[in-house]
Amino acid sequence: MGDLKQTSGMSRRNFIKGLGGGVAGATVITATAVEAAPEGPHGAKVVGPGAVKIAFTVNGKKHELEIDPRITLLDALRNDLDYTGTKRVCNRGQCGACTIIMDGKTVLACSILALDADGASLETVEGLADGDKLHPVQEAFVKHDALQCGFCTPGFIMSCVSLLRENDQPTLEEIKTGVSGNLCRCGTYPNIFKAVADAADTIKKGG
Amino acid sequence: MAGWKKPEEMTIVGKSYSRVDGPDKVTGRAKYTYDLKFPGMLYGRILRSPHPHAKIVSIDASDVLKMPGVKTVITDIKDEVFFVGDDVAAVAAVSEECAAEALLKFKVKYEVLPFTVREQEALKGDIKVFSNKEDNIGRVQNREEGDVEKGFAEADAIVEHTYHMNVQVHNSLETHGCIVNWEGDDLYMWSSSQAVHSERAGMARHFEIPENKVHVVAHHMGGGFGSKLGIKSFHPICARLAKKANAPVKMMLDREEQLLAVGNRPSSFQKIKIGAKKDGTFTAFQLESYGSAGVGTGAGVPQPYVYEFPNYKIDHQDVHINAGGSAPMRAPGHPQANFAMESAIDELADKLGLDALEMRKKNDPNTTRQKEYELGAEQFGWKNRPKTGSQKGRVVKGMGVGSGRWGGGGNKNTKAIINIYPDSSVDIKIGTQDIGTGTRTIIQAVVAEELELKPEMVQPFIGKSDYPWAPGSGGSVTAPSVTTTVKLAATKAMETLKGHVAEEWGIPAEQVKYQKMKFSGNESSQSLSWKEACALLDGQPVSEQVQWQEGLSDSGTAGCQFAEVEVDTETGQIKVTRMLGVQDCGLVVNMLTAVNQVQGAMIGEIGYVTLENRLLDYETGVMPNADMENYKIPGAKEMPDFNVTMYDESERGVIGLGEPPAIPGVGAIANAIANAIGTRIYELPITPDKVLMALQGKEGN
Repeated sequence: MGDLKQTSGMSRRNFIKGLGGGVAGATVITATAVEAAPEGPHGAKVVGPGAVKIAFTVNGKKHELEIDPRITLLDALRNDLDYTGTKRVCNRGQCGACTIIMDGKTVLACSILALDADGASLETVEGLADGDKLHPVQEAFVKHDALQCGFCTPGFIMSCVSLLRENDQPTLEEIKTGVSGNLCRCGTYPNIFKAVADAADTIKKGG
Repeated sequence: MAGWKKPEEMTIVGKSYSRVDGPDKVTGRAKYTYDLKFPGMLYGRILRSPHPHAKIVSIDASDVLKMPGVKTVITDIKDEVFFVGDDVAAVAAVSEECAAEALLKFKVKYEVLPFTVREQEALKGDIKVFSNKEDNIGRVQNREEGDVEKGFAEADAIVEHTYHMNVQVHNSLETHGCIVNWEGDDLYMWSSSQAVHSERAGMARHFEIPENKVHVVAHHMGGGFGSKLGIKSFHPICARLAKKANAPVKMMLDREEQLLAVGNRPSSFQKIKIGAKKDGTFTAFQLESYGSAGVGTGAGVPQPYVYEFPNYKIDHQDVHINAGGSAPMRAPGHPQANFAMESAIDELADKLGLDALEMRKKNDPNTTRQKEYELGAEQFGWKNRPKTGSQKGRVVKGMGVGSGRWGGGGNKNTKAIINIYPDSSVDIKIGTQDIGTGTRTIIQAVVAEELELKPEMVQPFIGKSDYPWAPGSGGSVTAPSVTTTVKLAATKAMETLKGHVAEEWGIPAEQVKYQKMKFSGNESSQSLSWKEACALLDGQPVSEQVQWQEGLSDSGTAGCQFAEVEVDTETGQIKVTRMLGVQDCGLVVNMLTAVNQVQGAMIGEIGYVTLENRLLDYETGVMPNADMENYKIPGAKEMPDFNVTMYDESERGVIGLGEPPAIPGVGAIANAIANAIGTRIYELPITPDKVLMALQGKEGN
């Protein structure tokens, strides 16, 4: 575990409570609280409450940014870097709309502090297409109408891309499991299943 | 007026084609209100009431205003709050984090008042939901036809039960929200909206400013399902913050606020009594019902639903409770009516030893649905339906059927402007919005079909209140309103263009023919391509504004759905294994998006029947499941196999499709469960605990 992880001084859970504070009256981790956070074990460095420098790559492009140490990776991507393809829906890891790929694994960007992505390699929905040529999963989503309002779509696509990297010929049950962390309210699941199966065939043929 | 061509003569309309904004949505390029950012933009948040009913005695915002990032506050929104999550105060700050933190620094003194979140308690009237209203009763409906007493006297069998439907919340993935910017006296609002024109009018009314000063934009929006059909309290609050701060303010609600404060499908308690003769003919229907739309209205149910009863009597009252107000939700009232009616019919059929489908056929006056029953029963294998409760073993299967109806139809005030430009490109502007149904796509398709162009040659512009008026995307009126109007616009523009060609050739306009992007006259030398004809325009586009006319659309739909379930009698777990929807909607404009719409509606039914439930703690008025884990919506693992049959009535023209398929499956799934386990659950959602209780009750007998 890196220094930053040990010293960010707050849990995601407390941060979420703060955001819901308008209703619940829960405590938010304020700047003062961060300041008062105990030093990490083994003399680890305490960061914050001021801006903290971090760096990561998004779709191969390196970004160096100064962030409020409280913010999530999702907010850093959306608000600081304008990667707005990744959506915020539940903001607590329940719906999958903010799914991105971090160092080869899908993660929920709303449930990771931006600090913890320092040095990581991130992939978002904006990085899949090659110019005008869509990624086979994107192509299949359009073809099979695997979307309606489109707000869950980026998260689903990232889950599906990751699934197909791990399992290039998934069964229907495996596809369902692969996207079981993503929710769609318009009800496009049947078309998503078709799209993934079709994209798997396209990729296998070298598409 | 030229009608629609025959389906087989059309090259685009009626076929399956991908949506025009698909590539933007799959690449993350599509910008929703949630994604927009403007220079100097502030973030607005609303402080919400922790109490279900209280007077606001005082609000001290001095600590809030001391925060460096806070720009302005509003503390005069209201003096009494009526539900947990009601508006108390608001703040605009430089960042989302700062605005969230600011909410904790308001010091509010409340005088807590008695409240109730239970309909039965509210009916008694001892506790006042609103301080200034004597009782808690909203709209009362009483209707009667024939003589129910006589009807029940003629019946050979009668069933009577009370059905309870809990509250469902829309849960569109993009929460409600807007960005407001004032430019002088002009109010610009980017809004996650189902109704840009209604929001324009609403904001103008609220601020008492001319309607021509309000400009609403909804380019892409992340779902609404009825909950975003007009302004809510947060829209003007956001606009006031923007005015006070003299900066654009973005106010997107969070998931909890969405679940508490901006709409839901009302609860319903229906005591139903129906009677039938031995042959299955219905003789009488009686309903005593109440339901709650929280602090709002609209808990009525359109009973007697679908089927014909010579005698019926309906007594309904809306009762207020201290909970967030309702909003229209996909076929308001219909799923509630359907659940109770279809359940009661199946019970009666079992009692009389009749087939459940035959009983429906006997009492359904709709000729389309009669054919759909035949078609559906054949496709679904209805003949294999087990006798109710006849199955042994741990996992039992069942089948059910249900029906629905909806109006839809076009709005006569819909208008559109089309331009054919000298460079041969075309655009169409219409103030509708695409809520995910594919409206942008069918507008492009219809104009391309009419002008015999490739779809990509037509640019559809929608989602702005500055474009010609179109209705809100609710009630399944969008497709019949907009396709009709844009088709008429294209027809008229073509006539004008033909006029230019005729002038060039010196012949009467009616002698100019157009086919396959070629204009021809009387002589072989009279031939122009589409591009050449447009070039005659000499710098001026053909520009036509038209209004909707009758003849290209219709209203009134019929549908039925079949469901098959498996129930694990050890765990109570329900699995919907197969569903079939048979649905008419007149002329299908895009088969791909139409089938998607039907499937999506059926998935919503699975949620309503087996998962979704807004809980309210009666001691605190708090919703304990105000998130997306504890308020469950259907996910991939809940998906059955779907089949959709679009029943072809294309000669009727275009009818809407958003609502109709969101109804029949509710009763179908509930009936399939009862058919499987041999006992009935009268309360939605039907969850494993209720299944186990019901099975225990059955064994107890």
